[in-house]
Amino acid sequence: MATHDPAALDGNALAGQLAFLGSPDVTSLVLRCATCGRTDVVARVRAYVTAMGSVARCVACDAVLVVAVEQPGGTLVAMPGASWVARS
Amino acid sequence: MSASSQWHVATVVDAPRITRTARAVTLSVPGFSGALAGQHVDLRLTAADGYQAVRSYSLTAVGADERVDVLVDRVPGGEVSTYLVDDLRVGDQMEVRGPLGGYFVWRPDDAGAVLLVAGGSGLAPLLAMLRARRKIGSTAPFRLVYSVRTPDDVFFPDELDGGASDVEVALVFTRTTPARWPRPAARLGKDDLVAPGFDAADGPTVFVCGSTGFVETVAGLVTELGHDPARVRTERFGGA
Repeated sequence: MATHDPAALDGNALAGQLAFLGSPDVTSLVLRCATCGRTDVVARVRAYVTAMGSVARCVACDAVLVVAVEQPGGTLVAMPGASWVARS
Repeated sequence: MSASSQWHVATVVDAPRITRTARAVTLSVPGFSGALAGQHVDLRLTAADGYQAVRSYSLTAVGADERVDVLVDRVPGGEVSTYLVDDLRVGDQMEVRGPLGGYFVWRPDDAGAVLLVAGGSGLAPLLAMLRARRKIGSTAPFRLVYSVRTPDDVFFPDELDGGASDVEVALVFTRTTPARWPRPAARLGKDDLVAPGFDAADGPTVFVCGSTGFVETVAGLVTELGHDPARVRTERFGGA
């Protein structure tokens, strides 16, 4: 799906918010979309970044892969649409 | 937690205006180290009332620890970029998280050909790659294709002057060209991305950085030209 949404960034923009997860670098981790099976690095997801948090969507099927919420006590990360994450 | 996920206090040490809309900002950041060319930082600004805003900016230079160099271009209506370009003063403080990102990175031990494609302030991380290459004396073939609206919008024109280095630089003007410029003003197209040594058959790594629209367009063009999508690395910026 070649959607072109000028408000959308990519997974590089999630690096800071997800840095606490560790791994040397979160954007180089590989995610598999549980909906369509696309498998690619976090850097290539479509990302929507706001002050409240971020949503990462699959570039192939638009499913929500990752949700990060910024809270006073830290960041909460859910991966509702990822079947797995791996180090590349 | 790694140092990259921590916020560090940063102090502005230099912030010259480099075009009508942009400044080159240098921060002194104790605890910041080990950045690679292409990485970015998050900047966090806190207002007197506690309101905070975070934005990502690519590093324009690497190699000096405890120092962060970024390029800030004013995004019309953008809350943070407008403040940084219009109101920032030497001595001001903010916070920095980073260095961040390991995907959109050029590593100095990579001797392969590199095609850099920048749209506007998307030059920033690619400039860090050019500077890192020069600093270590790398002979990796580099070519930069840099799309800007007008001659006044070119960042660091003296540094990018091809005569001074062995890097090919192709400026693409989209609205207005300098006098007697051979290429008419037009959006970047396939012809601009073709050059001996940097074509799909040569297998260069391609780094593309710019606005979301620019990156989508260029990624499409290089794919049509036959570049292996696995060798095309993209980074979209939002600004604001």
